Amino acid sequence: MTEPAIDITALRFAWTPGRPVLDVPSLVIGRGERVFLRGPSGSGKSTLLGVIGGVLPPQAGRVAVLGADLGQLSAARRDALRADRIGFVFQMFNLLPYLSVLDNVTLAARFSPRRRERAGPDLEGAASRLLGALGLGQSAMLGRSVAELSIGQQQRVAVARALLGAPELLIADEPTSALDSDTREAFLSLLMQECAAGGTTLLFVSHDTSLGRLFDRELSLPDINRARPEAEAA
Amino acid sequence: MRLLPLAARSLWNRRVAALLTVFTIAVSVTLLLGVQKLRTEARNSFASTISGTDLIVGARSGPVNLLLYSVFRVGDATANVSWQSYEMVARHPDVAWTIPISLGDSHRGFRVMGTSSAYFEHYRYGARRSLGFSAGGPFAELHDAVIGAEVARALGYRLDDRITIAHGLGEVSFVEHDDHPFRIVGILERTGTPVDRTVHVSLEAITAIHEDWQGVGPTPAIGARPGEAAAPNLTPASITAFMVGLQSRAAVFQMQRALNDYRGEPLLAIMPGVALQQLWQLVGLADTALLLVAACVVLAGLLGMVTALLTSLNERRREMAILRAVGARPLHVFLLLEFESALLAAAGVLTGFALTWTTLALAGPLLERQFGLFMEVGAPTGYDLAIAAAVVAAGVLAGLLPAWRAYRNSLADGLSIRL
Repeated sequence: MTEPAIDITALRFAWTPGRPVLDVPSLVIGRGERVFLRGPSGSGKSTLLGVIGGVLPPQAGRVAVLGADLGQLSAARRDALRADRIGFVFQMFNLLPYLSVLDNVTLAARFSPRRRERAGPDLEGAASRLLGALGLGQSAMLGRSVAELSIGQQQRVAVARALLGAPELLIADEPTSALDSDTREAFLSLLMQECAAGGTTLLFVSHDTSLGRLFDRELSLPDINRARPEAEAA
Repeated sequence: MRLLPLAARSLWNRRVAALLTVFTIAVSVTLLLGVQKLRTEARNSFASTISGTDLIVGARSGPVNLLLYSVFRVGDATANVSWQSYEMVARHPDVAWTIPISLGDSHRGFRVMGTSSAYFEHYRYGARRSLGFSAGGPFAELHDAVIGAEVARALGYRLDDRITIAHGLGEVSFVEHDDHPFRIVGILERTGTPVDRTVHVSLEAITAIHEDWQGVGPTPAIGARPGEAAAPNLTPASITAFMVGLQSRAAVFQMQRALNDYRGEPLLAIMPGVALQQLWQLVGLADTALLLVAACVVLAGLLGMVTALLTSLNERRREMAILRAVGARPLHVFLLLEFESALLAAAGVLTGFALTWTTLALAGPLLERQFGLFMEVGAPTGYDLAIAAAVVAAGVLAGLLPAWRAYRNSLADGLSIRL
């Protein structure tokens, strides 16, 4: 368990040949670290997360996530790695509208036997414990349709899902930008707390620089990415 | 992976569109099953119109024409058969029985057939069933009539009612033989064949009517004494056709050839089974076309499903991205859409079956009354199940298109929507 959570060397990625979106010489994030990655829109942020999440194959260079070299894995193995060991939280609309709160949280276990196993024999119990820790413990909440929740509540449900079955890496892509400032602080401290409790590495991406002080380390994507996708495109 | 419940929940979330799709498929399946059942029943009832008769003999025309007017009471004979020829055949040692048929008159839209009591004794339909009486019995006297079940129902006739017979075949006839009131002495049980729609009288009665009619005017004396029914002067000069039953079926080809080669008069002898086959080939074309149309409607229903799924894909890209983020592979997205197609098609087929059986149960009596079609409401046949399997299979096949589109979208979109 000595390998870093994320270890990127000389990564290149281009949607169209000759127009690189990513050119990252090095990015290392250690296990259990909580890293803030500042990435304005158009800086290649979504592409980088796609590569780390195993959805996009690295075109050049080495990308190792949780000790697995993504370049060596088939698309199916990368999907399995994401299902088993990575949790995602997006800006909004994280939840399937046709599933209840509880079913949305346990959705992660549907695609990963490993996470189902790690969540313990009582999957729904584990899910409601997580929801409880995130302030959504009322039993009336569990069976509710997600459409009845506020955005802040929806984001916390998304965190519960991302953390179910204790994945080693949590990637949060602008999870707070749809929240007002009061709920944002509360949301962040809950997120930090839960990651710390599980020893989960947190990669938190946002353009809101005011949040950076709360993290172990602060990075800026334009600093680590030599490609200038926006400039190239313009 | 439990994708199936996920597909079901996703469909339920879009239930208005999904239910409409299911209903479209259900209606098309109902049509297909209905047409198929109608075809089978029509063929069965068609084939069972006449049985046990070895030959039908009429004046020379075409086999189908002879079958049509002698058995189905459709169309008219172009010429008659002389009584002498009939007598000659009837007395032949190989012949077990004959049924003479004399057509050309009607009663309020129903055909009147002159025949002999041999008809009630020897005529067979279906699985060699003989005619039975629901009331009364065969005619015995000159002005007795026996009516088919449909005639009795449609006109509300009962035993001992008196009817008149019109010359010609129209619903309304200007020349009614109303000085010959016939008395209904028998009502036949329902057979599901043209017999139900026929008024039967004796040959002598037909002759009596026509001798009168050919004269200057009605003679009040005739018919006043029914006891003279069998008077020799009422023997007809000719009849329209006759049915023949042989002592041994082995003689049928020989007899047929002999009759067709008869020099005394141009005759035509047909085997009913063979002629029925020929006629069915003619009618069968239309019902194959009907089946084809029904199959096309099912195709249209499935295309509707594909359209509905394809149009939903764009607004569901977020859903696919979420599934991808929690670890779904593009294959899972593909399967999710395939399950949705399969569920829609299966639900459509089930609803279609329910609709068909309900319709059959409700409309069955009506079909039987109006068209003499007896639609059996039983367990689905192997053919029905084959249709069900074929529609679901076609649905799954049609679902490949939206599934493949969703697969490609999810590969391109990944975790975020790239438009």
